[in-house]
Amino acid sequence: MSENFPSTTDHQTRLQTPLGRVRQNGSAKSGTHHWWMQRVTSIALLPLMLWFIFSLAIRAGAPYEEFARWVGHPFNAVLLLLLTGIGFYHTAGGLQVVIEDYIRPERRAMVAGLLIRGACWLLGLLSALSILRLAVAAA
Amino acid sequence: MAANHHDAREATMVGRRTDGTLVRRPLSPHLQVYDMLQMTSITSIMHRITGSAWSVGLLFFVWWITALASGPEAYATVQGFMGSFIGVILLFGLTAVIWYHTLAGVRHLYWDAGYGYDIPTTYRTGWATIIATGVLTVLTWVVAVIAWAS
Repeated sequence: MSENFPSTTDHQTRLQTPLGRVRQNGSAKSGTHHWWMQRVTSIALLPLMLWFIFSLAIRAGAPYEEFARWVGHPFNAVLLLLLTGIGFYHTAGGLQVVIEDYIRPERRAMVAGLLIRGACWLLGLLSALSILRLAVAAA
Repeated sequence: MAANHHDAREATMVGRRTDGTLVRRPLSPHLQVYDMLQMTSITSIMHRITGSAWSVGLLFFVWWITALASGPEAYATVQGFMGSFIGVILLFGLTAVIWYHTLAGVRHLYWDAGYGYDIPTTYRTGWATIIATGVLTVLTWVVAVIAWAS
């Protein structure tokens, strides 16, 4: 019976794209990891952001010394380091999807993605060092 | 297709009709036929826009924390800008952006858990996100203004 159908029928029964087949990428190779990590980081960021926003709001207009002391407190410094690391991870991942969706051709999207990732590492480390400096200097 | 000749992803856009002939599959969403002013699409694109805007707003945080680590003089510059008219407008906008992206993110997690896909619930959670964004943005600034004044 099947010999009566054109050979293209074989391809139509596959859910995998021809490009994915050629590159030997399973659909779940890294896409699922990226999707999952965006969810994991968003759950972690939720309590951290609530804490950070209201911590800043109740100290609005406070002098330099109060903020420096607040960041330098070990408990706050650790939470801020987590917020910075997870926050920049989530930001890089989110911007990467936006870039992949809107920037063409592929080469330009790849360059833009690498620049974003580099900027996130740079700014993230800069923030982390600043937090550590305040935490260590306060002692 | 010629314009995007160098984009390998175009290969994923190739499909076949039932008679075997090749066809370029349409891209979703159809901006020409789709009404973009629906709760579903508006809240979706707003999540992207606020996420991207927050990424830019992160520069405020980096500037603030590095100035704090640098010393009182550098911090005074940041404080001067944040307290200026433009600074307050930008911070207020960033607050709204942050609350929207956070609340819409919770809405996404609710969907990811497998709930709230029907249209009436989608509209309810959509309105809840928009209204709660307004309420929490105002609440955050009420707290900040009280703290500032006291």
